[in-house]
Amino acid sequence: MPTTTHPETSTLDVELAGLDNLDVPIAPAPSRARRVWSAAWPKLAAVALFVFAWQAVVWLRLKPDYILPGPVKVFREFFREIGDGVLLRAAGNTMERAAIGYGIALLVGSVVGLSVARSKVLRTAVGSMITGLQTMPTIAWFPLAIVLFGLNESAILFVVILGAAPAIANGIIAGVDHIPPLLLRAGRVLGARGLSTYRYVIIPASLPGYVAGLKQGWAFAWRSLLAGELLVIIAKKPSLGVRLSFTQQNSDYVAMVATMVMVFLLGVVIDSLFFGRLERTIRHRWGLVDAAG
Amino acid sequence: MTDTAVSTEEVEGAAPVPKAVDIRGVSKVYGPAGDHTFALDRITLDVDEGEFVCLVGASGCGKTTLLNLVAGLDKPGAGEITVEGRPALLFQDAGLFPWLTAEKNIELALRLRKVPRAERSKRVEELLQTVRLDGFGDRRPHELSGGMRQRVALARALAQETQVLLMDEPFGALDAITRDLLHDEIERVWTETGITVVFVTHNVREAVRLGDRVLVLSSRPGRVVAEFPVDIARPRRLESPEVASTAAEVTERLRKEVRRHADDDAS
Repeated sequence: MPTTTHPETSTLDVELAGLDNLDVPIAPAPSRARRVWSAAWPKLAAVALFVFAWQAVVWLRLKPDYILPGPVKVFREFFREIGDGVLLRAAGNTMERAAIGYGIALLVGSVVGLSVARSKVLRTAVGSMITGLQTMPTIAWFPLAIVLFGLNESAILFVVILGAAPAIANGIIAGVDHIPPLLLRAGRVLGARGLSTYRYVIIPASLPGYVAGLKQGWAFAWRSLLAGELLVIIAKKPSLGVRLSFTQQNSDYVAMVATMVMVFLLGVVIDSLFFGRLERTIRHRWGLVDAAG
Repeated sequence: MTDTAVSTEEVEGAAPVPKAVDIRGVSKVYGPAGDHTFALDRITLDVDEGEFVCLVGASGCGKTTLLNLVAGLDKPGAGEITVEGRPALLFQDAGLFPWLTAEKNIELALRLRKVPRAERSKRVEELLQTVRLDGFGDRRPHELSGGMRQRVALARALAQETQVLLMDEPFGALDAITRDLLHDEIERVWTETGITVVFVTHNVREAVRLGDRVLVLSSRPGRVVAEFPVDIARPRRLESPEVASTAAEVTERLRKEVRRHADDDAS
């Protein structure tokens, strides 16, 4: 009977290998230059459009140009101040605060988020409080911060942390909530218990949500920080916020807008170069990127 | 090799040969008290060491519930389950970790068993070879086909060095050709390793193609209502007349079970 002849193991191997090769087509990866260009041109076009609109408003002469300076004047001032180091020193101090504040918020937010995500009691107790903190405008904390810490570094950091930590905590909570139950079961079947469940299953599985939280946390931290620097002015310590405040008081509006350009650039660059890249790496890893896109 | 085989025989010689899986009067109830449905009702079955047992049943027979209980993911409401060692469980959706490559998925099983680092990479290599996926180790799950993911999951389960492999409709989502090849593959791995397999499926032909024994479960409540020993010589083929005729008997029994529910209340 022909039906009882079984393919020998070698035939099975050949068939499996054939099927595997058919199932996994090799898609040609676009060249690096092409990828960089296709990511860059829409951004460049958008910037060009924005600068043009800005110039167009200046041309309309709704305000005298010492009050609303055009892009050419502002960029000339921007590069001059970068050249003489004034803007860089200010940005350096601001970035240092951002790094310290965000670093602490990262720690606090992650620990709180992870504990709340996996504990029913904690979730019921403080889950909605975290969201409440996140929606509260951070500037509302400043009067209290100044009373508690005085007009100093700590007051600013306090508010930066309060701004960023809830977003980070909420991100990790959302990340944990969206873990497919199948993966948790798979982890248990493989023998993951307690801490090893966190290390090998829960934390890596929650990364997509976590990174979204980190990104949002950065936005909150940056906003709170600039608000803080405008309100809490520390003598002999230049910062972007202080520059904004001083240039306004001295009616140096060109320098003021140049500082705003710096604030915008730093926020965008860190968001896209750091968090954006992290997000893309993770999406790519998980196969969440449409091959056609 | 021979030494260890002799020593285990000596140990086992003292007591009666243990069953790989022994399920005694196990019930599982869902829903609030008073208005509950039996997912499983006093199920009793045992599986010999090295046996390949298939469970078939219509919807609502509690197949998945039963496997969860055996895997220790859930506790039975009544009765007792003894399993040799910690069983491995294969899901319909391979259940691979998407952030790890095929290799690392397998390695994680070893790592959680505290296999020393030095041995791990060699063992991973061997396991990939066992499921014929050497060369694909650095791919992530989304870069593999459904059948390949199932084989990685199989390798990961084998990495648990378990005596009992539970499979929950593992080939249900695969296309016919892939499924056919994986039947050959799982049969080969089972023969080579001497592992015990409990295989749940709704595909009767598949059950007869693979099993030493096919058990029919009733639905709501789940009970073992029939048992069909399959004496067809291996290796078998899905399209052989012997498989087809045994499958016809099992199907008839299963249909009888479905007909019994024709007058069920929707409640």
